[in-house]
Amino acid sequence: MKNERWIPVLATLLVLLLLYAFGVSQYRNFASTLVLGNLLTDNAFVIIAGVGMTLVILSGGIDLSVGSMIAFTGVLIALLVGQAGWHPLAAIGFALLLGTCIGAIMGYLIDAFELQPFIVTLALMFLLRGLAFLLSLESVPIDPPFVEQFANFRIPLPGRGWLTASALVMLVVLLAGMVLAHYTRFGTNVYAVGGDKSSAALLGVSVRGTLVGVYACSGFTSALAGVIYTLYTASGYPLATVGVELDVIAAVVIGGTLLTGGVGFIFGTLLGGLIQGVIQTLIAFDGSLNSWWTKIVIGLLLFIFIVLQRLLSRSFGSMLKAA
Amino acid sequence: MTLPLSLSQAPQRRRGTGGGTHQQWLLPVTALALIFLVNALLSPSFFSLGVVEGHLYGSLVDILHRGAPLALLAIGMSIVIGTGGIDLSVGAIIAICGSLMAVLIQQDVSPLLTTLLTLGAGLLCGLWNGLLVAVLRIQPIVATLILMVAGRGIAQMITGGQIVTFHSEVFGQLGSGYLVMLPMRVILTALVLGLLIALVRRSALGLFIEAVGGNAEASRLAGIDSRGILIGAYLISGLCAAFAGMIIAADISGADANNAGLWMEMDAILAVVIGGASLAGGRFYLGLTLLGTLVIQSLTTSILVSGLPAQYNLLVKALVILVFLLIQSRPVKQRLLGWLQRRRPSPKS
Repeated sequence: MKNERWIPVLATLLVLLLLYAFGVSQYRNFASTLVLGNLLTDNAFVIIAGVGMTLVILSGGIDLSVGSMIAFTGVLIALLVGQAGWHPLAAIGFALLLGTCIGAIMGYLIDAFELQPFIVTLALMFLLRGLAFLLSLESVPIDPPFVEQFANFRIPLPGRGWLTASALVMLVVLLAGMVLAHYTRFGTNVYAVGGDKSSAALLGVSVRGTLVGVYACSGFTSALAGVIYTLYTASGYPLATVGVELDVIAAVVIGGTLLTGGVGFIFGTLLGGLIQGVIQTLIAFDGSLNSWWTKIVIGLLLFIFIVLQRLLSRSFGSMLKAA
Repeated sequence: MTLPLSLSQAPQRRRGTGGGTHQQWLLPVTALALIFLVNALLSPSFFSLGVVEGHLYGSLVDILHRGAPLALLAIGMSIVIGTGGIDLSVGAIIAICGSLMAVLIQQDVSPLLTTLLTLGAGLLCGLWNGLLVAVLRIQPIVATLILMVAGRGIAQMITGGQIVTFHSEVFGQLGSGYLVMLPMRVILTALVLGLLIALVRRSALGLFIEAVGGNAEASRLAGIDSRGILIGAYLISGLCAAFAGMIIAADISGADANNAGLWMEMDAILAVVIGGASLAGGRFYLGLTLLGTLVIQSLTTSILVSGLPAQYNLLVKALVILVFLLIQSRPVKQRLLGWLQRRRPSPKS
């Protein structure tokens, strides 16, 4: 049974490798570290948000507010730096704190008022998008030297590629998420609550504490994704990243995390995010395919992985019954 | 499988199957009255109705005019929510059907065939959702998420990534035509909804839907074809979305695969929630959902009329939905009921 849990992640890895091998076989430059570095950089914000989303989905919930949170954080930072004259680091710290608090409040509402996660986070999605518009209706550029330093910081990879600051932050968050989920009591509690809420409560797990923590984590990673996105685009735009929550959820699901909660790995989310990135890169390399194919292919992959999960969890169920 | 929430909740007293109890009417009616009151204070012209060129004209007519597609979506959504599901893909279905209609009209396909094919596309989308939910037993949020993601891609594929415009007498009527002083689309929507409501509430279908939403396994054992009911619910939702997509495309005489119906699934869910339905399934009120649609649309129109930027819509809607969720949540209800019960005996003693 321990091995069976790895099957979705292994399947994801296989798909990623196949897609990459296909790219390498078709295009001469696909194997270069330049492509690899860009892959990590371009998808950094999706994967960062994905780490928090994985925790939320592991706990049996869902967070639809990610895209709005990214846009809101971007506009907030841009205004704090550009108009209020804050130091970028102070603005970033404030935005991260705010994101975490908003997430925690959401978790509290979900547990204390027995509301469904998707409707609460849906309301928050509207709320944050509205707040972003309230702050500014137009794109706000940010151009202090710090942003440039951040953008220029990079570690050279062998070959022509770079590991940028965005990619580094993403890897650190990923590592932290893996430690949090797999090696701490909080992580164990998240799996327990996602597996069966009432059993977990009977075993003495604080359901409220866990849920508040989980959504606070998701708020933090969404805000951090917003920070990275803002530094990456050097502007805050209230209409940015509409629908990114779907990309993030797709990354988590393709990464093998069960949407019913309780089963999955943070590492899978990295793979899921990278698969989407490879598909986009393939379409960009091809040149004749249109961008909508990305959506269709991702939808198709989502479908395949969900059906795979369905079949696996069914065999889980029959195994449990037999035991 | 987790236990449906409705089982763990205290059984609620219900009168009839149509409109819900008086208590449930109270909330949406109050909300609507409040919105109208604020409007009356801000701009007295809100309620004035005039006749311009033989058409009824005014903010109230405008609410009905703009609310027609949303009402269709909300009714479909309400039936799906009644089965314990949710349909996130209606926005994408609107885009698909609008795009298909625009392309077909451009190709000079006859209006009747265009209508049939477009509605057929909506049914096909609904069938896809229904099969995923009922046969593969995928959670509805996830099952419909697939079409939500892929649907806009499909719509873009149909239009070739461009905004397709068309000119058609017949469909222009659907978008902005009038019949006996009222907008054509309002009359058509009312007809469709009337038929649907009669179908659901004047037959046992509504009861079956609520039974499946309450407990799909139990209702299967009781002899209800729960699989068929589930698929049927998503078919209805797909059909309603297709019709809404036709109205929206006809309104602007064009199809925008990226923006048509964007966020409308949220508005539809909001309308159903304001209508007092349980998102866990097992109870839904079509009349109250229509009232919820009116609340949402009046809110939108009032914000536009009051001169605030249209984007503030989102903020206001978010606050409204949060307030409604909190008021309708079980802990708050119980506390309110407890408070009422403690107060009630005192005048007698």
